[in-house]
Amino acid sequence: MSWPAYLVYLAVMAGVTYLIRMLPLTVFRREIKSVFIRSFLHYVPYAVLAAMTIPGIFSSTGDIRTALAGLAVAVGMAWRGCSLLTVAVGACAAVAAAQGLLLLL
Amino acid sequence: MNKRFLKGVKHGLPIGLGYLSVSFAFGMQCTENGLTVLQALLISMTNLTSAGQLAGLQVMVAQSSLIEMALTQFIINLRYALMGLSLTQKLGPTMNTPRRMFFAFSNTDEIFAVASAQPEKLHHHYLYGLMLMPYIGWSMGTLLGAAAGQILPEFVCNALGIAIYGMFVAIVIPPARKEKAIAVVALTAVAISLAFSYLPGLRDISGGFVVIICAVAAASLGAALFPLRDESAGKEDAA
Repeated sequence: MSWPAYLVYLAVMAGVTYLIRMLPLTVFRREIKSVFIRSFLHYVPYAVLAAMTIPGIFSSTGDIRTALAGLAVAVGMAWRGCSLLTVAVGACAAVAAAQGLLLLL
Repeated sequence: MNKRFLKGVKHGLPIGLGYLSVSFAFGMQCTENGLTVLQALLISMTNLTSAGQLAGLQVMVAQSSLIEMALTQFIINLRYALMGLSLTQKLGPTMNTPRRMFFAFSNTDEIFAVASAQPEKLHHHYLYGLMLMPYIGWSMGTLLGAAAGQILPEFVCNALGIAIYGMFVAIVIPPARKEKAIAVVALTAVAISLAFSYLPGLRDISGGFVVIICAVAAASLGAALFPLRDESAGKEDAA
């Protein structure tokens, strides 16, 4: 990607991300009263992560069948309460295993 | 070097190791999409956020507008604002404004979770120690992934491509299992996201805006149907 275009994107991306983190920590020192806004903020991360995972995960491995195997293992491990790292590694291992299986079939 | 700093480094080590593998996948994705190794590294060194960077990369690759980049980052990273608000209650007297501004850069989900779990008020030496290993892990992983992604065999790259999504699944599932509201919000977001990916007409709207629409719609539904009652409920975001 060309550097001038890249640097503009990077500046916007890093700038917005930093301001979101910095302003509440430094400027805002009282509590949000609105129940709706607090609830909304509470649910945002889960909505974002769910929407980013499905359907993005289907095309993350080059083959939807291996991706589905990885997704199934990740959901199963997360359900049982495994840590972030363990689930990520487990999903990779499942994709590797599924690729091996497909080669054999 | 003092005791508080070292304690922070120790607490940050497992986070750093976790970041190493996830950012490796991100680095790989960057070079696959035509970014150079240095460009991939700079994104991680200046942003330090998984979901935001992945979405940002998509905006860059699609050459979408800067407004879309700003809005995408704003919505996806909005949770950090909530975490920041929550963390202000835990900061000790040594955390003056410049120190807050410095620490804010590294307030990720995992660092926030560990910091919030400390029994005592937070000292700046501890927080500086805590941010160190995750920052190194995130940057090094990206560098290695971007550089080695091109020489690794294809089947290894394919397998690693799912790592970052595996981490997302691991963040969403456990709280969704405990709180029905979170499960409803997540499933709503998935349904909307699928509709925007496959239905004619909706399919043409670019990815960054789809994430924003999904997040605002699903989180608003959650806030309307299941308003929080517990004062501390917002802190569970760190899970």
